[in-house]
Amino acid sequence: MASRIGIFVVFVAVFLSLSSFSSAQDLQIVNAERRIDLSSHIVKAFLTLKVENIGKNPVAEMLLAFPPTQIKHLAMVQALAITGKKKKKTYLPLDVKPTEQADAPNDTGYFSVSFVSPLGPGETVTLEVLYILTHSLEPFPVEITQSESQLVYYRDSAVILSPYHIKQQATIVKTPSTRVESFTSIEPANRAGKEIKYGPYENRAPYSYSPVIIHFENNSPFAVVEELVREIEISHWGSLQITENYKLTHGGARHKGVFSRVDYQSKRSASGASSFNALLAVLPPRVNSVYYRDDIGNISTSHLRTGFRKSELEFEPRYPLFGGWRATFIIGYRVPLEDYLFEAPDGRRYLNFTFGCPLVETIVNKLTVKVVLPEGSKDPSAVLPFTVNQDLQVKYSYLDIVGRTVVVLQKDNVVPTHNVPFQVYYTFKPIYMLAEPLMLVSAFFFVFVASLAYVHIDLNIAKK
Amino acid sequence: MGGKQDSANATAKSESMATKANPDLLNSFSFKSLKLKTKQQELLIRVSILGLVYVLAFIARLFSVLRYESMIHEFDPYFNYRTTLFLTEKGFYEFWNWFDSESWYPLGRIIGGTLYPGLMVTAALIYWTLRFLRFFVHIREVCVLTAPFFASNTTLVAYFFGKEIWDTGAGLVAAALIAICPGYISRSVAGSYDNEAVAIFALLLTFYLFVKAVNTGSLAWALGSAFGYFYMVSAWGGYVFIINLIPLYVLVLLITGRYSMRLYIAYNCMYILGMLLAMQIRFVGFQHVQSGEHMGAMGVFLLMQVFYFLDWVKYQLNDTKLFQTFLKITVTSAVLVGSIALGVGTASGYISPWTGRFYSLLDPTYAKDHIPIIASVSEHQPTAWSSFMFDYHILLFLFPAGLYFCFKRLSDATIFIVMYGLTSLYFAGVMVRLILVATPAVCLISAIAVSATVKNLTSLLRTKQKVPLAGSTKGAGSSKASSKVSLDQSQPFQKNGAIALLLGVFYLLSRYAIHCTWVTSEAYSSPSIVLAARGAHGNRIIFDDYREAYYWLRQNTPTDAKIMSWWDYGYQITAMGNRTVIVDNNTWNNTHIATVGRAMSSYEDEAYDIMRSLDVNYVLVVFGGVTGYSSDDINKFLWMVRIGGGVFPVIKEPDYLVNGEFRVDKGASPKMLNCLMYKLCYYRFGELVTEYGKPSGYDRARGVEIGNKDIKLEHLEEAYTTSNWIVRIYRVKPPTNRL
Repeated sequence: MASRIGIFVVFVAVFLSLSSFSSAQDLQIVNAERRIDLSSHIVKAFLTLKVENIGKNPVAEMLLAFPPTQIKHLAMVQALAITGKKKKKTYLPLDVKPTEQADAPNDTGYFSVSFVSPLGPGETVTLEVLYILTHSLEPFPVEITQSESQLVYYRDSAVILSPYHIKQQATIVKTPSTRVESFTSIEPANRAGKEIKYGPYENRAPYSYSPVIIHFENNSPFAVVEELVREIEISHWGSLQITENYKLTHGGARHKGVFSRVDYQSKRSASGASSFNALLAVLPPRVNSVYYRDDIGNISTSHLRTGFRKSELEFEPRYPLFGGWRATFIIGYRVPLEDYLFEAPDGRRYLNFTFGCPLVETIVNKLTVKVVLPEGSKDPSAVLPFTVNQDLQVKYSYLDIVGRTVVVLQKDNVVPTHNVPFQVYYTFKPIYMLAEPLMLVSAFFFVFVASLAYVHIDLNIAKK
Repeated sequence: MGGKQDSANATAKSESMATKANPDLLNSFSFKSLKLKTKQQELLIRVSILGLVYVLAFIARLFSVLRYESMIHEFDPYFNYRTTLFLTEKGFYEFWNWFDSESWYPLGRIIGGTLYPGLMVTAALIYWTLRFLRFFVHIREVCVLTAPFFASNTTLVAYFFGKEIWDTGAGLVAAALIAICPGYISRSVAGSYDNEAVAIFALLLTFYLFVKAVNTGSLAWALGSAFGYFYMVSAWGGYVFIINLIPLYVLVLLITGRYSMRLYIAYNCMYILGMLLAMQIRFVGFQHVQSGEHMGAMGVFLLMQVFYFLDWVKYQLNDTKLFQTFLKITVTSAVLVGSIALGVGTASGYISPWTGRFYSLLDPTYAKDHIPIIASVSEHQPTAWSSFMFDYHILLFLFPAGLYFCFKRLSDATIFIVMYGLTSLYFAGVMVRLILVATPAVCLISAIAVSATVKNLTSLLRTKQKVPLAGSTKGAGSSKASSKVSLDQSQPFQKNGAIALLLGVFYLLSRYAIHCTWVTSEAYSSPSIVLAARGAHGNRIIFDDYREAYYWLRQNTPTDAKIMSWWDYGYQITAMGNRTVIVDNNTWNNTHIATVGRAMSSYEDEAYDIMRSLDVNYVLVVFGGVTGYSSDDINKFLWMVRIGGGVFPVIKEPDYLVNGEFRVDKGASPKMLNCLMYKLCYYRFGELVTEYGKPSGYDRARGVEIGNKDIKLEHLEEAYTTSNWIVRIYRVKPPTNRL
């Protein structure tokens, strides 16, 4: 019976994939507009697509194509379906997942977007797609001195890469300042202020691609966390201890030659424009016992503002970060348990906490979130809205005997958009909470009993 | 009381309620048993006082942790911390065989053979024990709290020592005095993770156990003393003090005719076992039989045998005349053989002569003339009177009084403490840092003074209280009471005088406590890595420039970079910056330090050649001109010139002085204005206005406008300067290509 169902499922899957494959020619994009925001080192692109089914069969999903240079820097793709007219617009989040295509030209990467309901013949739908690219701004010149400002390249295509025919499209690129050294012009293209507009282009065949390079000034902080390890330790005695180990680096153009303190102090505007020395971390509300330190001790330059909805930790590394400079540090804090730990209807407990990095506008190359469950908890499972590598470890902390189960969640290429809640479910018997105090009590008890015994027992051989 | 009343009522009311009265009876019984006998009360009070003193000694040393953070202080502790870290990570054998290539580039340093491992092993053992007990503390916390922990233990030893030489009262006072004595606190606050932290405990323990062994003649105590000595040898170079003081003490006992079997057992066991154990420490090795500093102990050991032999012969002969001649012959021949052996040993080089450090201890002026590197260290300066007052306060006055009491009740133990006090006080006068060694002795002797005085006064007062009672019961007064009355009549204001004196003692002691707390919090609890100042509005400003610079080095320079700096910062750079240094605080190679001194005091192009030959990538200087931080490299500069000039005669001190005066302003000597150190400190400083109303380039540490504002660097470039300019780091450029 089971095998028959299995066969059936496989059959349906094959059928679906065939239908989606064949649907490539059924869809066409009537109108596409792309806005690329280059104002920070996290590149955000908003696509507005108007998709029409010109085939005869209903189509359940469509494909988004990305060139191979972008696919490995792609941190996140989100899609929304817009229904209703202006003012009454409603947005429905759509399911987006990476897929493979057998006939993908030049290693093109794909994401498939499932419509809310299959698109019938002749119907149109409007989609909003947001995708985020990291490490896509290439500094040029690669090394700059303290007085120079940072110039970067951005490479993309003037036309949208798509497996579908696009009737009309335009791309608008927003740069952080008016200083644009050069940009590839593909007519019609023009620049006004901080915006460069490519298009409108009409009737481009599927997989059209016309590369462009934009060379412009970008002095926003290129704060890249090479590795972040967040450890969330649950104590059923009432608090959640979070320890975050950062390996921060300046990912922009490398600093070359002299660092002059005089220039840095006196001519602040003209010196070290691309460097940064202040960072902002958004922490949960009701945060307490915050510390900020590194391997060699406490760092005294930080300010904490606690608020009702969030707390803000403003801090400075020990030295300003110029291109290529590194700083490692640790931030730790404690939050009350009742805000984050709940009991599920089935009796299990679950932790509801924010994934991602609390630093504002930073890229995390490798993020590891470790949830340290209390000693004696069983059956851990994590629920996340995106895929991560999961692992289990054991950690020994104060007065542990069997060790604590650690749920390790690991994800590469994390951007602030990943700061969404995730849950870790586990079972725990409250009696385990008493294990450690009882251990201490009995240890003291035995010490006293032993000393009592020692005082009262005469071990002397000689008679008095 | 209530229980008693109840039971009385119950019995009065009715006998049928005996069952009810029973628990009441039980009550009264247990209440009675709770009442302690005087002896038990005394024990309880004593133990609780000791417990409180133990805690007090610990928490008085936590000022720095509360005011700053849990961190390692000063210079040497950073090396100790680094080695402890290595020990806990790699294990004991790796540690013992560690060749450190990160210091003394290109020579390196054999760490295992050139350090006293006691401190590190102690901390590692504490760490491992805590981990075994499932306390997962960081090794840094263990290191930071090692010194206060051992200070607490020292108070216990001081109590037992005081008890041994005088009585329990003196022991308690000694424990309380040493718990907060600034002379000891200065070296044992939380974070000052240095050898002395453990060594003072070991020193006092050894002395206590030895005195105990002499008093009892017990082999067990002598054995304990030998192990105490072993611990001391493993912890600190100051063990030389023990191995010279104890023989000296034994010699004095022999001369004063206090030779006894107890002394024979104690000294022989302690010396032989202690010596054998001490040889296990690689850094000490065979010095006990080969170095001139340890020969005294051996001489006394032989003398003891001669004494014993003579005693035996005297017993066998039973003839005074014959014995006298025999005595003459033996003593002369023994002395002759001893001196010949010593002469031959010294001449053949088997016995090494006294080291310079030892000479500088005996003669305060020696270092100044012969070893500038010892003289350059501030803690090796002769002690000023003010610092005695600062570190001892009233103990300075109590000490002579205590000596008086000791002489009044002379015993083997009091002779020892007197000798310890007098010799260590002399050394404390020679070197500031040795105040530490004298502190336990001063505390113990002062404790005797306090305890004896207070005891006398209170006994006077107590007998007084009985006198009016005896007076009221006329005629029935005992002979004891009447004698007191007569005594009272001879000195009419004795009672009032005693009360006044007691109040005076308590006033002095409370002043002492206040002084100690103040000194601890103001003077001895700053980590010297982090500098704190008061701002214009009374707010606290923190200068964390050292760590800023070291962390910059750690993160942003190649891992194999070599840093040249004056030796003071070597340990910190390797520990916090994790980079290779040319010289560090283990000043074992004078030539190497002199080379760095020479580079710092040469012109830039000459210095460049020296730096190239040493593979230097970065040069680090400490500069206080912006903040007014006075212990910077410009103020240390003359020592660099002196040490450099001591090995390389090209460097001459007068070149840097103008009429014997050290200046950095326009009137400075041309060599000074263009030497590397000056250039590195003042590079582009001329453009900066440091103080309102002063010209640009005003040096706040020295209070002058600098003489050379237009400094050009040819072979170096500024790599990093900290936010308050305290540390400046320069990159040594690679040589330019030849065209």
